[in-house]
Amino acid sequence: MWLPAVIFLAVCMLIVLVRLFLGPTHPDRLVGLDTLNSLIVVSMVILGAAFKEVIYIDVAIVYALLSFVTTLFIAKYIEKGKF
Amino acid sequence: MTLNIITYIFIGIGCFFNLMAAIGLHRFPDVYTRLHAGTKCTTFGSIFLIVAVVIQSVSVWGAEGLSSPQSILTLHAFIALVAILLTNPTSAHAIGRAAHRSGVKPAQAVVDDLEKEKP
Repeated sequence: MWLPAVIFLAVCMLIVLVRLFLGPTHPDRLVGLDTLNSLIVVSMVILGAAFKEVIYIDVAIVYALLSFVTTLFIAKYIEKGKF
Repeated sequence: MTLNIITYIFIGIGCFFNLMAAIGLHRFPDVYTRLHAGTKCTTFGSIFLIVAVVIQSVSVWGAEGLSSPQSILTLHAFIALVAILLTNPTSAHAIGRAAHRSGVKPAQAVVDDLEKEKP
């Protein structure tokens, strides 16, 4: 039940990666990175349910919070040009 | 049995919206509309996929008794959902503000009211 959903999400991640490499401007790449982070968090939660490992879901929570901080800092860098 | 069918339907909805987000990143013309596709569709699909995980683990929890390890999995999946719901719109707002202040124009824009309010 869970593994086909994870494979489907991996295909979505590959499609998003193309936008991450192609993006004409820097905010385009940042949008791709943000979408990729959300997909990775959901995949980690589903893998934790598939293998019945709670530690995967804990890793997903920490990854979500850290990617949020990363996105805020890159956005601030794009806005001002310096930190 | 009924819970299995509901879980399959929720997984289908979540995967469909995540695919829409991935396709919308390629079909839309500029940053702001791509932000619309890449953030809102992903949040909506994530809600449905994690709720499917919660439903399935609650049914296993009910079958195994109260002190099952599935209880920890259920609560932590719910906490992950809350983290996604809090962080995803906030980072989208930050990206949109940064894109406008760094000078990226909307494609085919006629009126840009935010430009007049720049200090």
